[in-house]
Amino acid sequence: MSFPRKVVFYFLLLFSAFLLFFPVLYAFMISFMTGGEIMQGKFFPQTFTLDNYFRVFERLPLMKYLMNSFVVSTGVMMGQLIVCSMAAYVFVFIPFKGRDLVFFLFISTMMIPWEATMIPNFFTIQKLDWTNTYQGLTVPFFALAFGTFLLRQHFKTIPKELFEASQIAGLSRFAFFWRVILPVSKTSLVTLGAYGFLTTWNMYLWPLLVTNNDQVRTVQIGLKQLQSQEVATEWGVVMAGVIVVIIPTLLLLFIGQKQLQKGLTQGALK
Amino acid sequence: MKGSSSLHAKQSIWKKSLNARTALLYLFPSILLFSVFVFYPMFRTIYLSFFLTDQHGSAALFVGLENYAYLLESQAFRNSIKATVLFVLYTVPAGVILALFLALIANEKLKGIGFFRTIYSSSMGISVAASSVVWLFLFHPSVGMFNRLLTLVHLPEVQWLLDPDWALLSVSISTIWLNTGFSFLILLGGLQNIDGYLYESAKIDGAGYWYQLRRITIPMLSPTLFFIITISLINAFQSFGQIDILTKGGPSQATNLIVYSIYREAFVNYQFGTASAQAVFLFLCILIVTILQFKFGERKVHYQ
Repeated sequence: MSFPRKVVFYFLLLFSAFLLFFPVLYAFMISFMTGGEIMQGKFFPQTFTLDNYFRVFERLPLMKYLMNSFVVSTGVMMGQLIVCSMAAYVFVFIPFKGRDLVFFLFISTMMIPWEATMIPNFFTIQKLDWTNTYQGLTVPFFALAFGTFLLRQHFKTIPKELFEASQIAGLSRFAFFWRVILPVSKTSLVTLGAYGFLTTWNMYLWPLLVTNNDQVRTVQIGLKQLQSQEVATEWGVVMAGVIVVIIPTLLLLFIGQKQLQKGLTQGALK
Repeated sequence: MKGSSSLHAKQSIWKKSLNARTALLYLFPSILLFSVFVFYPMFRTIYLSFFLTDQHGSAALFVGLENYAYLLESQAFRNSIKATVLFVLYTVPAGVILALFLALIANEKLKGIGFFRTIYSSSMGISVAASSVVWLFLFHPSVGMFNRLLTLVHLPEVQWLLDPDWALLSVSISTIWLNTGFSFLILLGGLQNIDGYLYESAKIDGAGYWYQLRRITIPMLSPTLFFIITISLINAFQSFGQIDILTKGGPSQATNLIVYSIYREAFVNYQFGTASAQAVFLFLCILIVTILQFKFGERKVHYQ
C-alpha cells in the first residue's frame, strides 16, 4: 500500500476508534473523579482516587450481584452447551424418519421473539415457584436454535468415516459423542460458550421480571437500581459501577474476539 | 413358528426404531424446553389476546377481537407503532452503514489492525444497562458532554432526552452505538470470507479501490449484509433496556417502543389481554421480517 493511502487509513482508523471508544473511556475517567471535578466538566481526573469504587460496593450488594451474574451466566452457558450439542449430534449423526420435521420446528423457534412470549413465561415461572431462583433465570434459555445450528455446522465437517470406525471399534453412540465429537469440536463449543455467557451476562428484561429481591438479582438490575438512586448527585459512583459491570465481558471479548468472529460468521452464514 | 416370527417382527420394529429412540433421547431436552418456553407461551399469548384477564393473568372473559379493535383505536398504541417504525428507520440503515464502514477500514492489512478490530467490536461486550447509564450521563442537560460541546461552539443547548422532538433520536444514537460491535464483527467475518483471488485479478486489470468496492466487495458481501440488516431489524423491534433506563417511554410517549409498551401494559397496568394482543402484533412484525429474509436470502443465506 502506498504511503499516502496508509496515512489516510490510519487516520480513519484512529478517528473512528476514538469516537467509538469515547463513551467507555469517559465513563472510566469519571469513575475516578470527585463530584466537583465532574461538575466542572473535566476529562482527566486530578488524582486517580478509588473512592467511588469503595462507595459503590457499600451502596449496593454489588459483590453479591456479581456473583449472581456469574452463576447465572455460567449456568446458561453450560446448559446451552449440553442441550445444543446433544441436539446437533442428532441432526448430523442419527438419521430417523421425521428428522426434517423436527429440524423445521427448531427453525421456527427463531421466528418467535422472546418478548412476545414473556407474559405466559412469567406466569409459568411463578407457577413453578421459580421466582427469585437461579433456575428461573437460567433454564428457559438452555435450548437455543442458533446454538444448535452453530454446532451442527461444525459437526458436519467431521468425516463420516470416523463414525463408522467408532462403530467397528465397538464404541457406543454416547461414547462416540462424548469422547470423539465433543473433543474435536472444542473451538465451536468455546465460541458458543462465550456467546452464551456474554448474552446472559448482559440480559436485562428477564431478570427484571423474575427477580424482586437481592437474593439472585444480577448486576444489570443492580445498575438500574444504582442509577435511579444516585443519579442526581453522584455520577462518579454510578460510573464506577458501570466499569465494574463491563470489565468481565470486555475482557472475555478482548480475549475471544477473533474466535467469536469466526464462529459467529460460520453459524450465521454458509 | 408363528409365535417366533411375530416375535421376530416385533424385534425388528424395535431394532428399526433404535435410531428414532436414541435421537429422541438426545433431542428430549431441547424439545421439552422449546415446548414449555417457546411454543406453549406463543399459543397462550394468542389465546389471551382474545380475553379480558384477571390480575393473575388467567383468562376471565372472552371478548373476541375487541382487544385488537381497542388497540387500533387507541392513540397510545398508534403512537407506539409510530415510534417503533421511526426508531427502526433511525437505527437500522445508519447502524449498518457505520458497521460496514468500520469493517471496510478494519479489513486492510495494516500493522496493529488487531487493536482496532478489538476496539470496534468492544460494544458487543457492553450491556444495554451499562451503555444506557453512560449515555444518560452524556445526554445530561447540564453536566452532559453533548451540551458542554454545544455551549463551547456557542450553539443553544438541547434537551436530548426531555424534548419530545429529540428523545427518540437520542435513544437511537445510543442504540446504534450499542449494536455496532456485533454488526461489525459479522461484517468483518463476511469480508474475510471473500476470495482474495478476486481482488488480485482486479488489480491486474488496474481497477481502483472504489471500483473494487462496488464491483467485488459489495456484491460478494451481500448475503452477510442481508443477514445483518435482518438481525438489526429484529433487534430494533425488541429494544427495551435503553428505553427503561433513558426515558421510560417519555417524554409524552415519544419513545414508547412496542416492547416497552407491552411491558407496561402487562406488568404495570396488569392488562394482560391487551398486552398479549400487542405481543401478537410484535410477533407478526418479526415473522414478516424473517419470512422476507428466508424468501430473498435463501439462495445465499441458508442453514443447511
